[in-house]
Amino acid sequence: MHELSVAQMAQGLAAGAFSSLELTQHFLRRIEAHNGHLNAYISVCAEQALASARRADAAIAAGQQGPLTGVPLAHKDIFCTAGVRTTCGSRMLAEFVPPYDATVVARLQAAGAVVLGKTNMDEFAMGSSNETSYFSAVRNPWDTDCVPGGSSGGSAAAVAARLAPIATATDTGGSIRQPAALCGVTGLKPTYGRVSRWGMIAFASSMDQGGPIGQSAEDCALLLQAMAGHDPKDSTSIVEPVPDYCGQFGGPLDGLKIGVVEEYFADLGDAVAARVRGALAELEKLGTRLVSVRLPRSHLAVPAYYVLAPAEASANLARFDGVRYGYRCAEPVDLLDLYCRTRAEGFGAEVKRRILVGTYVLSAGFYDAYFRKAQQVRRLIKEDFAAAFAQVDILAGPSCPAGAFRFGSKTADPVAMYLQDIYTIAANLAGLPALSLPCGAVAGKPIGLQLIGNYFAEARILGAAHRLQQATDWHRAVPAAEGWR
Amino acid sequence: MSRAVGAGWETVIGLEVHVQLATRSKLFSDAAVEFGQPPNVCASAIDMALPGTLPSVNENAIRMAVRFGLAIDAQINRRSVFERKNYFYPDLPKGYQTTQLAAPVVGAGRLRIALAGGGEREVRIHHAHLEEDAGKSLHEEFPGASGIDLNRAGTPLLEIVCEPDLRSGPEAVALLRQIHALATYLEISDGDMSQGSMRCDVNVSVRPAGDSALGTRTEMKNLNSFRFVERAIEGEAARQIALIEEGGKVVQETRLYDSEANLSRPMRGKEMAHDYRYFPCPDLLPVIIDEAFIAAERDALPELPAACRERLMREHGLSVDAANLLTAERATVDYFEQVAAVCSAGKMAANWVNGELAAQLNKTGGRLADCPVSAAELGRLIARILDGSLSGKLAKTVFADMWAGRGGVDAIIAARGLQQVRDSGAIEALVDKVLAENAAQVENYRTARPEKRGKMLGFFVGQAMKLSGGKAAPGEVNRLLREKL
Repeated sequence: MHELSVAQMAQGLAAGAFSSLELTQHFLRRIEAHNGHLNAYISVCAEQALASARRADAAIAAGQQGPLTGVPLAHKDIFCTAGVRTTCGSRMLAEFVPPYDATVVARLQAAGAVVLGKTNMDEFAMGSSNETSYFSAVRNPWDTDCVPGGSSGGSAAAVAARLAPIATATDTGGSIRQPAALCGVTGLKPTYGRVSRWGMIAFASSMDQGGPIGQSAEDCALLLQAMAGHDPKDSTSIVEPVPDYCGQFGGPLDGLKIGVVEEYFADLGDAVAARVRGALAELEKLGTRLVSVRLPRSHLAVPAYYVLAPAEASANLARFDGVRYGYRCAEPVDLLDLYCRTRAEGFGAEVKRRILVGTYVLSAGFYDAYFRKAQQVRRLIKEDFAAAFAQVDILAGPSCPAGAFRFGSKTADPVAMYLQDIYTIAANLAGLPALSLPCGAVAGKPIGLQLIGNYFAEARILGAAHRLQQATDWHRAVPAAEGWR
Repeated sequence: MSRAVGAGWETVIGLEVHVQLATRSKLFSDAAVEFGQPPNVCASAIDMALPGTLPSVNENAIRMAVRFGLAIDAQINRRSVFERKNYFYPDLPKGYQTTQLAAPVVGAGRLRIALAGGGEREVRIHHAHLEEDAGKSLHEEFPGASGIDLNRAGTPLLEIVCEPDLRSGPEAVALLRQIHALATYLEISDGDMSQGSMRCDVNVSVRPAGDSALGTRTEMKNLNSFRFVERAIEGEAARQIALIEEGGKVVQETRLYDSEANLSRPMRGKEMAHDYRYFPCPDLLPVIIDEAFIAAERDALPELPAACRERLMREHGLSVDAANLLTAERATVDYFEQVAAVCSAGKMAANWVNGELAAQLNKTGGRLADCPVSAAELGRLIARILDGSLSGKLAKTVFADMWAGRGGVDAIIAARGLQQVRDSGAIEALVDKVLAENAAQVENYRTARPEKRGKMLGFFVGQAMKLSGGKAAPGEVNRLLREKL
């Protein structure tokens, strides 16, 4: 049952082949069997899941079935869930139980989806390997000595190991696409403003964007369909009708111009480049036209990001002060002691590093040299994309420099870790939609192809990914049997 | 102090006035703005800065700021930006205050104040911006700990920053009264100083009279009454002058004004050593104000204090002073106009409102809104004076009874038997009795020289009035006495 696509699950539920309760119990059993080793979930909500499954079965029996009714899924533990602890992968929120649901959570609940649990993640979404999680790293189902990527490593690993058919995730600099690539699944970061940020714990507000992870572009489209839409509670959410994402899957790719980003191949290893170009060749066979495109400011994306994102984070994380909720140090002697020890003990090293960097770049005397300059770079990067999209319909390249790496191999060098996101960050700076889908493996480790679309062109990149997945099998590859299976 | 001020020195004052806007809900949340509620009742998840919450701008606050801007002839910025001002404090839930800095909603404008020696001065307003208030720390109620009340957190404030165009405490107070009057006329604030609806930071420096360069300034924060502002300024100017004359130097610092001791002392360095690291708030889009919005607000502007003053002088023949007193608050004008409409005597209505009524309000510390005597009743009281039913003196007695809630004008007159005796026969009997009982004085009067008789007549009038219990019409008593003597 766990091999089914979301559409097949909906068909099975409609036909009475199985109930949502059975489906949910099946996934809960898989979680129980494998999560101990993979650590993809921080919290499993068995009771609530079974209750929602029963409600979904009743709705289906009453003839009220939507595409996600009774379909199990997992939420990244960055989305607030009323009554269910929401940790954001941090000791700071290890016991935090929100009194409200994130808009994404509420929308999926309204769609009848069944929440299996909350997935592991890098602390406050800051990391590319899941090693910064207070709840220990997630293991990559393809090689359990390797990282799953991050920060949405829990969601990507859960989908790859079929501990959930689909999962929500967030992407500030590549946090959906990089773990999707490293875990051999499909993940989409929508246009900034497409999915509401209400109830999604902020890292860098101007770039944070929720999106789907699934086994295929089709599953992602079904999940995005329920997640997307304007939300008056998020001022940066955009009033723009949500198209029918699956409805456009039938369209031909003939004449679609795909711009291959030259800069993204400059330093790429041959084996990885071969996989990416192999997938592009398949897209060409499907009728698209490949043209070479330049994004000359690409090399500025990572430096600009590591000024802007920490700056926003330094303010966003100021609320974790031990005063109202969350972790509080034991027996503070005065206010300063309360602040200092709460934050020293409650935050991990990477979070502290980014708060320090962010505080520094906003400080008097440094603002112009760093923050303002980075904002200018951000505009230039947007201009690069605008120029490229004047020529082509989709931009393509690798999602990451390489496949999954071993635990601990990059933890000593933050900059090496930051370069994981070298190809993904620009889309966040520009606010563009981008997805990663599997395009084969190198040494048994999945590699991701990245497709970047123009604003609100989610349907177009999902459509191209879907057609490619119709014609190829890369997304059907499953992790070779290992200890966890 | 008397030695210093005016002895060749000029005081230069700038004000930053915080006006609490009378919106129903907060600046960025839908929690109610209400004074006097139990702690944390008016605090939503947004005001408590729970993780994942996002602000939405209250359009009414923008509207009120625009209204104020139009009233001071200011530039309304078509695009304004909210920024984050970062600092840690227990009653600042997000760890930053959302405010405006580089792009405030209201640009440069001007106000006119009346000067003590006659004439007017224009005071330049640098800008006015919107910001949220913080909560309150409660130190007394919890021994060994502090309580946090977030009811006030997120309350909208309009901060009005004026140029250093003021030269004395009374001038500063005149500007404050002007702003207070405007705020109440525009109905953007309840103007209740006792509840902190208007607070003021004062910048003071001194320089030798005739110098154009500004001296080093100090700042006193959070003064909440006109009297304190005046005293704090005079005291600080005297301190600075004395310091300089003794060879010292003024240090730029923030000082705390102690209203009970009537002196200021420097805040500790730690309390003010802030680098606020302002940057644009990524959760809020720039506020775009279009021409139609401004035009609609301009059309809806009510009569402003200056125009109202002119009109009262013209329509009712009032003096400048009387008109000034009446127009200090819109509520007073409205009350006065109702009184005048009922009694058809503007000058007398003004005398009563500015005199007896103001005295009672001062004595009880009450506000006109809570006044126990309605405008209509006061109008009827004046009408009774005008139709001769009451003497001015008795009317005051009746007014006191009305204030004490003993009923309406006519009921009190009837209950007390206060109707004036105007019947000539009855008065003649009184006069005859007085003359008969004071034969010696009558003889003196008749032999006295004419210029002394005026004073002597007063004795007989007094006796007659006493005999009537104050109810005899004094004019009639005078006439009959003269006739008979």
